[in-house]
Amino acid sequence: MAKKPNDVVITGIGIVSCHGVGRQSHEALLSGPESPQPVIDNERFAPYPVHPAPEIDWSEQIPRRGDQRQMEAWQRLGVFTAGLALDDAGLKEDAELCGSMDMIVAAGGGERDVAVDTMIVNKAMSRNDRDHVLNEVLTTELRPTLFLAQLSNLLAGNISIVHKVTGSSKTFMGEETAGVSALATAFERIRAGQSTHALVGGAYNAERQDMLLLQEGVQSLAQGAWQPLWSRSNPGGGIVSGSASAFLVLESRDHAEARGAQIYAAVGFVDGDRGKRAEGGLEKRLEGLADRSNVADSSEILVLSGASGLYELRDREKQFIADRWPSAALRGYTGLTGHTLEAQFPIGVALGALALKSGAALPCFDAAAEADMAGPAKSAIVTAVGFMHGEGLAVLDAE
Amino acid sequence: MTKSAYSDHLGRPLIAVTGMGIITSLGQGKDDNWNALTSGVSGIHAITRFPTDELSTRICGTVDFMDTPDIASELSFALADAATREAVSQAGINGDFQGPLFVAAPPVECEWVDRFAIADEAGFAGDQDNAYDGLLEVMRKRPHPDFTRRALFGGVAERLSDRYGTRGLPVTLSTACASGATAIQLGVDAIRQGRTERALTVATDGSVNAEALIRFSLLSALSTQNDPPEKASKPFNKDRDGFVIAEGGAALVLESLESAVARGATVLGILKGYGEKADHFHRTRSSPDGAPAIATVQAALDDAGLDASGIGYINAHGTSTPENDKMEYLSLSTVFGEHLPAIPVSSNKSMIGHTLTAAGAVEAVFSLLTIRTGTLPPTINYENPDPAIELDVVPNVKRDQAVTSVLSNSFGFGGQNACLVMTAEPA
Repeated sequence: MAKKPNDVVITGIGIVSCHGVGRQSHEALLSGPESPQPVIDNERFAPYPVHPAPEIDWSEQIPRRGDQRQMEAWQRLGVFTAGLALDDAGLKEDAELCGSMDMIVAAGGGERDVAVDTMIVNKAMSRNDRDHVLNEVLTTELRPTLFLAQLSNLLAGNISIVHKVTGSSKTFMGEETAGVSALATAFERIRAGQSTHALVGGAYNAERQDMLLLQEGVQSLAQGAWQPLWSRSNPGGGIVSGSASAFLVLESRDHAEARGAQIYAAVGFVDGDRGKRAEGGLEKRLEGLADRSNVADSSEILVLSGASGLYELRDREKQFIADRWPSAALRGYTGLTGHTLEAQFPIGVALGALALKSGAALPCFDAAAEADMAGPAKSAIVTAVGFMHGEGLAVLDAE
Repeated sequence: MTKSAYSDHLGRPLIAVTGMGIITSLGQGKDDNWNALTSGVSGIHAITRFPTDELSTRICGTVDFMDTPDIASELSFALADAATREAVSQAGINGDFQGPLFVAAPPVECEWVDRFAIADEAGFAGDQDNAYDGLLEVMRKRPHPDFTRRALFGGVAERLSDRYGTRGLPVTLSTACASGATAIQLGVDAIRQGRTERALTVATDGSVNAEALIRFSLLSALSTQNDPPEKASKPFNKDRDGFVIAEGGAALVLESLESAVARGATVLGILKGYGEKADHFHRTRSSPDGAPAIATVQAALDDAGLDASGIGYINAHGTSTPENDKMEYLSLSTVFGEHLPAIPVSSNKSMIGHTLTAAGAVEAVFSLLTIRTGTLPPTINYENPDPAIELDVVPNVKRDQAVTSVLSNSFGFGGQNACLVMTAEPA
């Protein structure tokens, strides 16, 4: 594709997952000869397996202990990973560019204090005046700072405080689609010349029962021993949650080249859609996104699927991909990182950019269901099909 | 009109507002709200939704007249829906909206009533080591899809999309107390980018429950001047002691002026510009020098192509917290300098309280009504002026004064700052 000054390019990648901290550990994963081995904790949240966060030296990106203490795990993970992305883009120490940088964060929120919630539930069991129980316990037991550590827009707020990114600050919500909208919005702004550089990403902490409860309300979680993504079946619903985060620095080509930045890949397309999924609705919308992305079938395409693991949606998405891009190489990245809700789509885009830059043929993530790649990909398609709603698709092109 | 009549000073499409809807504690719809607001009526009242015996704050500006269960996501949707219906109808758009949707919605979590119901189903004896172990066991036995649906952050946008036939993936956003302004800003961006001729921007907050109130209370953000409730919100007064938590919803149909004129729509005003800038000083406090807020106001003026002499009225963020009102005055006096004494600045929150996620859009609707009616809504409860804040706050009684340009400020926790500039339709 002809290069244009307002192309949107990726110049910085921060990523943390159960496979490790930072770009290098994930590059190794994508260019190794063997299928990556799953990193799973089967014990702590049994019967639910989760992909745990790796060991992290927080002070590498969040030097002040006071700052670390002001955040719950998902915020801390996101602030840390955002720092990695800024470092990677060579912008961490650039006060001027951080001060004019746009920021869009895909965020959930609300990490509960399990001990306080348990206290409330226990008291409520023996009392008729539950509203009073709530007031009594919450006013005396709730940590005043917990609210801010739970608040959705305070992931972005903490990035501003710790990394001084202050051009603008927006937080998008809405499960997986938050990540899709975040990338799409930054992409459109840069393409239209409204922005020159932006930090976009999300973070998810899977090691928390309040979110497991939310997902298990629709019996969506996998149970028992971990199984490969594409062949996963009972017991449970198929989702294995993962603690992970990805942040990307997006720039206009002009802006990136003027400062001599490395370019991982160019973003050719990002958009999403939503609606009823029955009666072919899902396939029709994916078809619409694919049409607009304008990527023809080729063996030089890598499709990174963010399938949540829910059986029916997973199978329908896989069939759609097989029909639409039969020559492409499919890799289900949820099998590596786990399902990460708001962070899901940014993680897929980060992995796609790393894969294109590495110039390597990726190993199979699930050898029983994925074909070998003959050579490096020239384009990567990233998908996200929300576990409850919404779909997204991005196209990245190698430089 | 010539082509240039549809473009702004930077050659971008001018953006018209062609539909507005609003709901607050003062009532439903523009007429009821505007009558009450300009009459200096307060919507602040004692909390009846939940008991308040143990609480230091016992007043609110909740919307208690909707036929909706006391579930934050349900009420937030109902408020958004009511405002959207009014806006779309005023815009004369029948059938599918056919443009993108931007929704500022509160980050609602699952409700205590739901947790208790599951605990009852589990038959807890009250001696759990970890309640969630037992709650999860209930879910494994039987799914509870409503439990999940109520706590999805994208839920309000999903339902609005279905009901109004908006196009593509809606954006659900939160920039704390600036959210409503941010939703409008995203709609402006989409039209300026040429991606659409119209956008639906909605902001809602129906999330006042005991836990939300206690959280804000623990941060010392809320007024504790409970008696009488309608006197508690007193922006720019010396004895102001916090905001009054409130609910509301607002919706604006944005449309390129060219498209609005072409289809014969009534133009209610122009969304002329916006500014934004994040603050890295503190999680809840603003930079003491006011620099980010100053930069935000200045950016909004620049974006609108106006200078400090170009604003006729300021719709203040004016929360009635000691910190906000001081900082807001600092930023306004810095940007407007010698012009400021001649610019009336009033706070709707003196009457409706702080509608949080909805505030930026609620106050944008009031700003446009100010332009359309030539009436400035007052700052009520202005009885003990803060001598350090020298503003013409339109004290206590509305004022008839024609204005053609309004600045509306929104500032929020997490270093969020967003300002909008709205003007009358070009002659």
